[in-house]
Amino acid sequence: MDILNAIILLLNYIFIPALTYGSQLALGAIFVTLIYGILRFANFATGDMMSFGTMVTILFTWYFQSLGISPGILPTALLAIPFAIIFMILYMLSIDKFVFKYYRTNKSPPVQLAMVSIGVMFVTQAVVRIIIGPSDRRFFDGEKFIIKAREFKEMTGLNEGLALKSTQVLTIFVTIVLVSLLFWFLNKTKTGKSMKAYSDNEDLALLSGIDPKKIVMITWIIAGILATIGGALYGLDKSFKPFTYFNNMLPIFAAAIVGGIGNPFGAFLGGYVIAFSEILLTYAYKKFFMYMLPESMEPESLVQLLSTDYKFAVSFSILVIVLLYRPSGIFKGKVL
Amino acid sequence: MRKNLNVIAAYSIMIGLIILVGIFQSWNIALSIFNLCLISAVMTMGANIQWGYAGLINFGIMGYTALGGLAAVLISVDPVQEAWSAGGFDILMSLWLIIVMVLVIRFILKRFEKSKMRTYSIAAIIISGILLIRFSAEPGIEAIEAVDPAKTGFLGGFGLPIIFSWIVGAFFAGGLAFIVGKVALGLRADYLAIATLLISEIVIAIIKHEDWLTRGVKNVIGLKRPAPYEVDLQTTDWFINLVEKFNSGKLEIISNLSDRQAALNQLVIEGSSVFVKLCYSGLFLTVVIILLILTQKALYSPWGRMMRAIRDNEEAANAMGKNVVKQHLLIFILGSAIVGIAGAMLVTQDGLFTPGSYRPMRYTFLIWVMVIVGGSGNNFGAILGGFVVWFLWIEAAPIALFLINFFTAGIPETNALKAHLIESVPYFRFLMMGLGLLLIMRYRPKGILPEKIEIK
Repeated sequence: MDILNAIILLLNYIFIPALTYGSQLALGAIFVTLIYGILRFANFATGDMMSFGTMVTILFTWYFQSLGISPGILPTALLAIPFAIIFMILYMLSIDKFVFKYYRTNKSPPVQLAMVSIGVMFVTQAVVRIIIGPSDRRFFDGEKFIIKAREFKEMTGLNEGLALKSTQVLTIFVTIVLVSLLFWFLNKTKTGKSMKAYSDNEDLALLSGIDPKKIVMITWIIAGILATIGGALYGLDKSFKPFTYFNNMLPIFAAAIVGGIGNPFGAFLGGYVIAFSEILLTYAYKKFFMYMLPESMEPESLVQLLSTDYKFAVSFSILVIVLLYRPSGIFKGKVL
Repeated sequence: MRKNLNVIAAYSIMIGLIILVGIFQSWNIALSIFNLCLISAVMTMGANIQWGYAGLINFGIMGYTALGGLAAVLISVDPVQEAWSAGGFDILMSLWLIIVMVLVIRFILKRFEKSKMRTYSIAAIIISGILLIRFSAEPGIEAIEAVDPAKTGFLGGFGLPIIFSWIVGAFFAGGLAFIVGKVALGLRADYLAIATLLISEIVIAIIKHEDWLTRGVKNVIGLKRPAPYEVDLQTTDWFINLVEKFNSGKLEIISNLSDRQAALNQLVIEGSSVFVKLCYSGLFLTVVIILLILTQKALYSPWGRMMRAIRDNEEAANAMGKNVVKQHLLIFILGSAIVGIAGAMLVTQDGLFTPGSYRPMRYTFLIWVMVIVGGSGNNFGAILGGFVVWFLWIEAAPIALFLINFFTAGIPETNALKAHLIESVPYFRFLMMGLGLLLIMRYRPKGILPEKIEIK
C-alpha cells in the first residue's frame, strides 16, 4: 500500500507535471532547431513569437466567447488555435520578407542574423504589450479536471490523491499528435526530405534542384504552427504573461542545444530532459521517503537537492555541462 | 578637425537634447538622464571592447552588472557582528571546502590523462562536494538569516567607502569572466551568446536566493554615498548662500520678505538634489574619461592591432604566432570588468541594491542595442550609443504620447482605441528600440559613428 502511495505521489508531483512542461518546451525547442537548421541562426525572438501566437489565440477565444460558440467541455481556445495559426503564419512570413530575407540573400554571418532577431524580439514584444497589455491573463474555460484528487482518493482508498488536469492531458496529446505529424512530414514526404537535405548541405541541395524559397517558406509555416500551439498550450496550462514567455526562451534554448541543435528529434527529447531534470532536482522527497522507509528511518529535512528557486539554474547548468563535454548535443546535431 | 566633424556634431546634438530636457522638463530629470547615460556609456564601452575589438559576443552583461552591484553592497555596508558570530564560522568553513574542492579538481586534471574515468570522478567530486557544503553551511545560513531578518539577516560588508567598490566590482566581474571564458570561449559565436546569457541567469538566481550574502529579494537599501545628502545640504550655510547668489535676480523681484524666504527654501530643496546629481555626474564623467583614454590608447596600440587581426581572421592571426585563446580570454575579462565597474556605479547612484530588478531586457539586450546603434569598434561611437539609446529609452513615452495625440487629434478622448493606446504608452519604447535596431542594422550596419582605423 505504501509503495502504491509513493508511486502515486511521484506521478502526481513529478511525472505528470514534468511531462506537460516537457511537451511545452519540446514544441518550442523544435521551433528553435528548425530555424537554426534551415535558416542558420539562433532566433532570440522565439519566446516573443510564441507569446504573439498566444495573444492572437486569446483574441479569437474572446471573440468566440462573445459569440457564444463553445466546444462543450473542451476549452474554446482549441477552436481559436487554427485561426491564430493562419494569422501567425502571415506574421512570420511578413517578418521574413521585410527583415530576414535581406540578410539571407546577402549571406550575412549568423551572428548578424541573431542580432536582427533581437530587433524582431523588441518589436514583437512591444506589439504584444501594446495590444493586450503586460498583465497575467487566464483564458481557459471548460472542464478543469479529468480526475480530481479527492475523487481519486475515495475511488482507490489510497492516502495520496492523483489530480489530472484536462490541460495536462490536452498538452501531452496534442504534442504527440503534432510531433508525429511533423516527423512523418520531415521523413516521408518529398518536401520534408528536401528540407533535411537543405539543412545538411545547402550547396548540394541547390545543385539538385531544391527551391530555397519554398524551403524557407515552409520552415516559417511550420514554425508558425509550432509557436502558436506551443504558446497556447503553455498559456492554457499556466497563464499568459508576456514576460514569462520571454523568460521561457531560455529553457527552450537549453532544450534545443542539449538535444543537438539542428536535430528536431533531439530537440523533442531535449525538452523532456530539461523538464524532468528541473523537477527531479528541485522536488522535496520527504513524503516519498516517509512512505518508502520504515518509521524509524524517516528523514528530518525536506530531502531536497536544490531549492525550487534554482529551477532555471538547473537547466542552464545542464546546458553548460553538455556544451563542455558534448558540444554537438546528446543526439548529434550540427558540430559547433 | 575636419574628419572628426561627425563625432563633434553627433555629441553636440546629444548634449543639446539633454539641455533641452533640462529647459522644458526640469534640470533634475535632465541630470538623472545624463548620469544614467554615463553609466550606460561605461557598460557599452565594456561590451564594445569584447564585440568591437575582438568579435566576442557576450550576452551575459546583466550578470556582470549584478556582480558589480553586489560589490557595492559588500564593500560599503557595515558588517553585521551578530550574524558573523551566529554563522560566520560555518560560512568560512564552506568557503574553505570550496577552495579544497577546486584544488582537488585541478590536481586531478593535471595529474591524470583525459579519460572517462577522470570525467566521472570529477563529476562525483563536484556532486559530493556540493552536498557536503550544503550540509555544513545549512545551520550557519539559517542562523545568519534569523538575525533580525527585517533589517539585516545577512553578513553585511566591510564598511568601507562605497567608491572602492567600483574597483572591487571590476575584480568580481573579471573573476567571473575568467571562469566563464575558460568554459565557454571555445564555442562558436551564437552558442557563446546563448551560453553567456544562461550563465548570467544563473548568477542572478544565486544573487536573488542566497539571502545570507545579498539579502536576496529583500533588497539592501540606504547604501552609503560618495556625495553629500540633500537633507544635510539644505541646512548648510554655504550652500544656501550659493543658491541665493545663483538666483539673486529671481529673488529680488519678490518684495515680501516671508514670500522671499519661502521661495528661497523651495529653490534650496530643488538645488540640493541638482547639486547631488552634479556630484555624481562629476564622478561618473571622470570614470568615463579615464576609461576612454585607456581604451583609445589600447585600440591604437600594437595590442589593439593584434586584436583586430584576430577578429578579422583568426586563423591567419594564429598562423602569425598570436595566442588567440589567451587573447580572447584576456579581452573577455577586461570587457566584463568594465561592465562590473558600471554595475557598481549604478548601485552607488541608486543607493540601493535590488536583485529582482536585473532583467536581461534592460541589462543585456538594451546594452547591445547601444553598441550596435552607436558603432561597434569605435569607442566614441559606443559612448554615443549609450547616450542616444538611453535618452530615447527614457523619452520614448513622452514622444509616443505626443505622436498618438497628434495623429488622433480628431478623435474624442472617450474613444476606446485612443484610451487604450494612451494607456500602453510605456511599451512604445520597446517598439522604438526594435525599429531603431532593425533600421540601423539594415541601412547603416556599422552604426552612427562607424569604426575608423587610421594608419599612421
